[in-house]
Amino acid sequence: MLEISGLAASVEGTPILRGIDLVVPSGEVHAIMGPNGSGKSTLSYVLAGREDYTVTAGSVRFDGADLLAMEPEMRAAAGVFLAFQAPVELPGVNNANFLRTALNAIRRARGEPELDAVQFLKLARAQSKALAMPEDMLKRNVNVGFSGGEKKRNEVLQMALLRPRLAILDETDSGLDIDALRIVADGVNALRRPEFSALVITHHQRLLERLVPDRVHVLAGGRILRSGGPELARELETRGYGAITAAAA
Amino acid sequence: MTVPMSRGEAGFLGRFEAERASLPGAPGPRAAAAEAFRALGLPGASSGRRAEAWKYTSLRALAEAGFAGSLSVAETDMAMVPRLAATRLVFVDGRFRADLSDPAPGIFGSARAPEFGPLAQPARDPLVALNTMLAEDGAAIEVADGDDAGVVQIAHLASAAAGQAIACHPRHLIRLGAGARLVLLETMSGTGRYLHNPVSEILLGPDAALSHLRLQEEADDAFHLATLYAELAARARYEAFTLNLGARLARTEIHARLAGPDGFVALNAAQLLGGAQHADMTTVVRHDAPRGASRQTVRSVLSGRARGVFQGRIEVARGAQKTDGYQRSQALLLSDAAEIDTKPELEIFADDVKCSHGATVGALDPEQLFYLRSRGVPEAPARAMLVRAFLDESLDAVTHKAARAALDAAIARAWEREAA
Repeated sequence: MLEISGLAASVEGTPILRGIDLVVPSGEVHAIMGPNGSGKSTLSYVLAGREDYTVTAGSVRFDGADLLAMEPEMRAAAGVFLAFQAPVELPGVNNANFLRTALNAIRRARGEPELDAVQFLKLARAQSKALAMPEDMLKRNVNVGFSGGEKKRNEVLQMALLRPRLAILDETDSGLDIDALRIVADGVNALRRPEFSALVITHHQRLLERLVPDRVHVLAGGRILRSGGPELARELETRGYGAITAAAA
Repeated sequence: MTVPMSRGEAGFLGRFEAERASLPGAPGPRAAAAEAFRALGLPGASSGRRAEAWKYTSLRALAEAGFAGSLSVAETDMAMVPRLAATRLVFVDGRFRADLSDPAPGIFGSARAPEFGPLAQPARDPLVALNTMLAEDGAAIEVADGDDAGVVQIAHLASAAAGQAIACHPRHLIRLGAGARLVLLETMSGTGRYLHNPVSEILLGPDAALSHLRLQEEADDAFHLATLYAELAARARYEAFTLNLGARLARTEIHARLAGPDGFVALNAAQLLGGAQHADMTTVVRHDAPRGASRQTVRSVLSGRARGVFQGRIEVARGAQKTDGYQRSQALLLSDAAEIDTKPELEIFADDVKCSHGATVGALDPEQLFYLRSRGVPEAPARAMLVRAFLDESLDAVTHKAARAALDAAIARAWEREAA
């Protein structure tokens, strides 16, 4: 489903990604772990299409199509979803309106009928209840005045509504307590099916206990240094990144 | 040395000379206003005085234009005038149209004579001099002590006849007695090239409350120059909200004086401008009594070469202790050539007051834009959403439902025109 080859990218002239090769087949969940500044968030932004990141080499194919040639909204319509590490506040934009606009934009792009306000609210209420979100979160402005945990849950709500084919979770677990962590993991697990994949960027083994990955990759210095099964996450938890980065040096 | 008068100035004075005998009402104030206009000239015209109050707005284009007197044509496109209230006074080219209006007791579109109230300053303000000199008509609204007059709409429609640029100078007088209440919805629209130069005098008795919404949707080629004076007795409330969308050049000048203690004034505005539009909000709030509060927030969205101006002046007299004044300008610039000029002025002679001002200017936040696009919303609607959100925050001050809906619809129309 997702094929990244030789991907290099820079921000304001500074190279961050230095040749990433990664394949995430349909139906699999892959975790990316790595020390701070290793390029994890850059990778997620490049995949979602942020303009201030410059791709200097390599390619990304999504279902065979050239993902890097697509505008961010086209990537979303094709099924790519990025759960932001720091979800953006939109003062003056009502959360329910935002969610409905996004959902209908994607449905339109996919040739599906749009949902009216009543149909949408019914769906959104059911989903937010499943995520144990207070109902007034739909009425508030997008992420404005939300706690860290509420913002992350709002990302998961968007993911649940938009039903992506590839979810990229950029440290969605950071700053969450155990209960919120379970909710996030359950939210992703509920989407798991043969045509769904996820790329889970995390610092912690904790999330991966509930959201068990098929593969774990260690990213450091803009390269994937090691890949393995779920046991690699446990190894990192006990031994840290030092051994791996030292071995690669 | 005498500077030759511009075509526009000479035209207005010539019209006054030709029509002075037939203009309604007492001739004294008009003759004095004509003298004042001759002396002051139009700001920005070669003969006009350089006034600080007109630092950012020049009326040169107006001075160089020629305008005929107002001509009401029989055919009026009422589809351009939204119906916002059961009581509606319709003015076409500055003249009251009884056939199109639905007045209520105590509320007149006075076809008799414009009432010159006590607040206007024709000797100081050139456009007010022009209005006083040539005013033919205007709304007269009087709400008796303790009455709630509900909602009244004043609709002004300019229907400039083909090829003929017209000028109209309506003169409105609004009086609310002690404890009286009114919601006043003013809509201003038109077609063609014209000058709409209204002057409103607003007198609020003790405990009176006036909510005043102004929707300025004048034609693309119009000049809109409105001057409002409000005076508040003790505990009175005047809450004005202006939405500037139309006109090539618009200026809204509001003078509000808190004459009695514990008054409240809000002079808020939002403007959405594009092309070469210029809109100027100029306010003077004078606190003459203790414990008054004033609030002003102007939000501007500017694209193309549009220019927005907010000059806000707060004056606090010596005895006006515990005054609480606040003004804020927030601008969103959608192009490099757009410009906002903000000039706050505080003049404070009391020692126990709280007065503040602030200004912010920015572009659309690329992170917000990316967030929306990453959720599937294409760039153009994503930009529209963020602009709307920026304006909506100021529109939240408008609690009257039908008025809010009319403002929302007007913004949507303006944005579509902008995007087209």
